[in-house]
Amino acid sequence: MSDAPNPLELPAYARSLGITVHGEDAGLPVLTVDFGPMVEGRPQHFHGGATAGLLETAGYAALRTALLAAGRDPQLKPINITVQYLAAGKSKSSFALGRITRLGRRNANVTVEAWQDDRSRPIATAVMNILMV
Amino acid sequence: MTTPPARFDAREASKWFFRHGHTGWLGLRFTDQGDNWVELELPWREDLLGDRSRPVLASGPIISLMDMASGMAIWQASGSFNPVATLDLRVDYQRPARERASVRGRVECYRRTRSAAFVRGIAYDDDPDDPVAHVAGVFMTIGADPREANPALQGSSDE
Repeated sequence: MSDAPNPLELPAYARSLGITVHGEDAGLPVLTVDFGPMVEGRPQHFHGGATAGLLETAGYAALRTALLAAGRDPQLKPINITVQYLAAGKSKSSFALGRITRLGRRNANVTVEAWQDDRSRPIATAVMNILMV
Repeated sequence: MTTPPARFDAREASKWFFRHGHTGWLGLRFTDQGDNWVELELPWREDLLGDRSRPVLASGPIISLMDMASGMAIWQASGSFNPVATLDLRVDYQRPARERASVRGRVECYRRTRSAAFVRGIAYDDDPDDPVAHVAGVFMTIGADPREANPALQGSSDE
């Protein structure tokens, strides 16, 4: 008998990078990652790739949570992701939350925001299209 | 006789770029370069999996690979190591990477203006004609014109 997947069980990559679940907002997970050498790009700033990794992980976590709430457990495959960098990620914790813009039968459109101190001032956003099979 | 100014060289820069920080943690390696392009390799690693059912690299590290190759392609094209900030990076996934395969990212800087640089590239595991992903991005030079709003410095000026 297979275990029911836990929506908040993050993939190996996310765990390696130090991404954890911080809490939830309206039923969707808020993820966080502390600043440290593993996410550092230019000195004392987040690497754009690490920020993208946090955004993407939060996007999948939000979609998985929404799907399980709807009684669905498909395999998720990335179609594309567009990341917009709005401000430098500084040497402190970052947070991210995904929102489901549209949940279709075959594909989902997810928008994700990442922020540091002030949630109303995101440091990066992403739009993801995800295929569900 | 004057000594010519040192031109940015991706191969040389890689020797210290990938010693520390995020790209060091990923284990990125230099593989090849041209006048306006750079190719890097993201080695296969068990703890970078993105899928609980299959041993393929997560897409997050592939974005990091392409972001880094993009920046280095811009420095390679301009010949100088001036800091740049990613404005926008788009990744279109064509297919999953092969199981237990390293992924290479090859990015070219096809256009530079005074304040922006445009890049495009592919990520592939075996055959560059059968890529894992296509990438397009726009970068901003940092501090090119202090009169202009600089997204990379946002947040530091108003604290």
